[in-house]
Amino acid sequence: MSADVAPARAGSLPIADGAIGTVPGTIAQAITLSRYQLRDYLRSRRFVLMIAIVVAVGTILTTLVAYYRPVGLIDNANNLYGSLWGGGAAFLILFAGIIFGGDAIAGEFQNKTGYFLMGLPLRRVTVYAGKYLAVLVASVVSILLFLAIVVGNAVFYLGVGAVGDLGQLFESFALALLYLLALMGFVFLFSSMFKTSLYAVLVVAVLFLFGFSIIQSVVLALTGTEPWFLLSYVNQIIAYPLTGVPEHVARATIGRATITNYAPTYFEGIAVMLGYFFLTTIGGLLLFEREEFT
Amino acid sequence: MTPSLEAVGLTKRFNSFTALDHLNLKVEGSKCVGFLGPNGAGKTTTLKMFTDLIFPSEGESFINGISVQQDRKRALAVCGDLIETPEIYPSLTPREALEMSGALRGMRPEEIRSRSAAVLEEVKMTEWTDQKVGRFSKGMKQRVNIAAALLSDPEVVILDEPSTGLDPRGMAEVRSIVRGLKKGHRLIFMSSHILSEVVDVCDDVALLDRGKLLFADTLANVSQRLGGNTRSVEAEFAAPVEDSVLANEIGSLPEVASWSRADARRVTLQVKGGPAEQARLLRQLASLSMGLISFRESRSALEEVYLREISVGDA
Ligand SMILES: Nc1ncnc2c1ncn2[C@@H]1O[C@H](COP(=O)(O)OP(=O)(O)O)[C@@H](O)[C@H]1O
Ligand SMILES: [Mg+2]
Repeated sequence: MSADVAPARAGSLPIADGAIGTVPGTIAQAITLSRYQLRDYLRSRRFVLMIAIVVAVGTILTTLVAYYRPVGLIDNANNLYGSLWGGGAAFLILFAGIIFGGDAIAGEFQNKTGYFLMGLPLRRVTVYAGKYLAVLVASVVSILLFLAIVVGNAVFYLGVGAVGDLGQLFESFALALLYLLALMGFVFLFSSMFKTSLYAVLVVAVLFLFGFSIIQSVVLALTGTEPWFLLSYVNQIIAYPLTGVPEHVARATIGRATITNYAPTYFEGIAVMLGYFFLTTIGGLLLFEREEFT
Repeated sequence: MTPSLEAVGLTKRFNSFTALDHLNLKVEGSKCVGFLGPNGAGKTTTLKMFTDLIFPSEGESFINGISVQQDRKRALAVCGDLIETPEIYPSLTPREALEMSGALRGMRPEEIRSRSAAVLEEVKMTEWTDQKVGRFSKGMKQRVNIAAALLSDPEVVILDEPSTGLDPRGMAEVRSIVRGLKKGHRLIFMSSHILSEVVDVCDDVALLDRGKLLFADTLANVSQRLGGNTRSVEAEFAAPVEDSVLANEIGSLPEVASWSRADARRVTLQVKGGPAEQARLLRQLASLSMGLISFRESRSALEEVYLREISVGDA
């Protein structure tokens, strides 16, 4: 039996007696797993749903611009990008995170696919990382489609020349990716917390669509402090490379009342997103490591 | 290395309910061990702790001496397993699912191709190789699961009631697959609640009931040890047997320890001694000229024990 064993590979385990093959390292396994997971996503109805949402949002924005032809947008690439991409990206990233990531871990329990994977010689972190990678790639593919629609608009109104100065758009895209990472960490945390996909999806959707904006208003109204700790607040920085950085604290006086408006700084935004990414990703992993396939 | 599975004080509690109670069991060598017990005995619970799907409340499990709890990856590397009825990502085909398993196990692409073809052939799923698993029936999925468990030609195979979900023909096929596995240098640990399945394919048996191991031994030893000095035989006659004949002519034969009536034409006899006595009894029954039409051991010794031991707690 040991005669037909494959030569040991870097990072692999030095055991091969008793089965064909030498088990690859954790990272190599995670990448392999993500490839098949991604294949499943790309063939699934949820991918069609996500693409439909992207196309719908893209079509609505394109139609609005075509109908109103707002001056300042159709003659300035950054303004156009700022409005279309800056407005739509965070929203679509939220959908991608929920649609692809909501059941990433919970679904392994609910659909019993985890029983197939966990019988294999791999660590739990491999499953977690593999699924994370697959969700990331599927989300990025969807977001890139939206970016293409936005750039297509710019090319239509401003000519191919406008595609030349994509530096700021690229910066904005990078910030959007950071937001995606942070959001996915958050989604994976809840996906690991529940064994039913629907709960994970509902909790994240409700928090982002309503919960956070309520918290934000309440915090502002009661304490007047900046809600820097909310992902849905700091994600505003995605548009900054295109629109410029607004004043961190803006006070407006209407009659006798003073209204304070906050906008996150780059530093705040990046730090908070990184913080979310690390804490929620690790928290979700710790939960998954302890969860039993009963 | 001799393939082995070992449980040391393996215990699992669900809240206050003890599903498995300090299991100490070591099985090793190239053979098939039947893990027998009625529904709810704790078989799946045990096998899940051998594959790290759930975590012991106490104790530890080892595959080839490697602790599953401390290093699942290394422990499971030599192991092919099938616990309950896992699902495969529905849009993947059996070919892709096996490709994924093989790649995660570090098999080379050529190995994966040739082994996939071989195991799919073995479970009779060749014609479905490129169809999406999502549309398969439960039985078909289970066949693919069995194929996946055998893909890497593993030295240790853990099967949890592998024939569940299959029709009678499928069950028979699974039994013959498991028998075929015994040809290699391989330890097979298979749970079942069906006694005849264990007798049919296994060499050893471990009997579990209510989370407790009752015994573990070779089938031959179990039959001998538990059969004691009587065995049960059923004789059937062409015509009804009268009570007086049964008591005086059959019951008085020296080999018959006791007798009871199954129905008008069939009687169950407890035979003293071994095969020689049984042969003598058969000759004598035949010479009674009462039209003996069949004579066979009514239950295996293991069956006796299974029913006796398991029913004790039910009372
Ligand atoms: N997650 C769980 N929570 C509570 N009880 C459980 C759980 N899983 C199994 N059990 C109980 O443990 C016992 C053993 O179950 P199991 O190992 O599945 O039995 P078997 O496989 O022998 O039929 C059963 O009484 C079952 O109800
Ligand atoms: Mg079971």
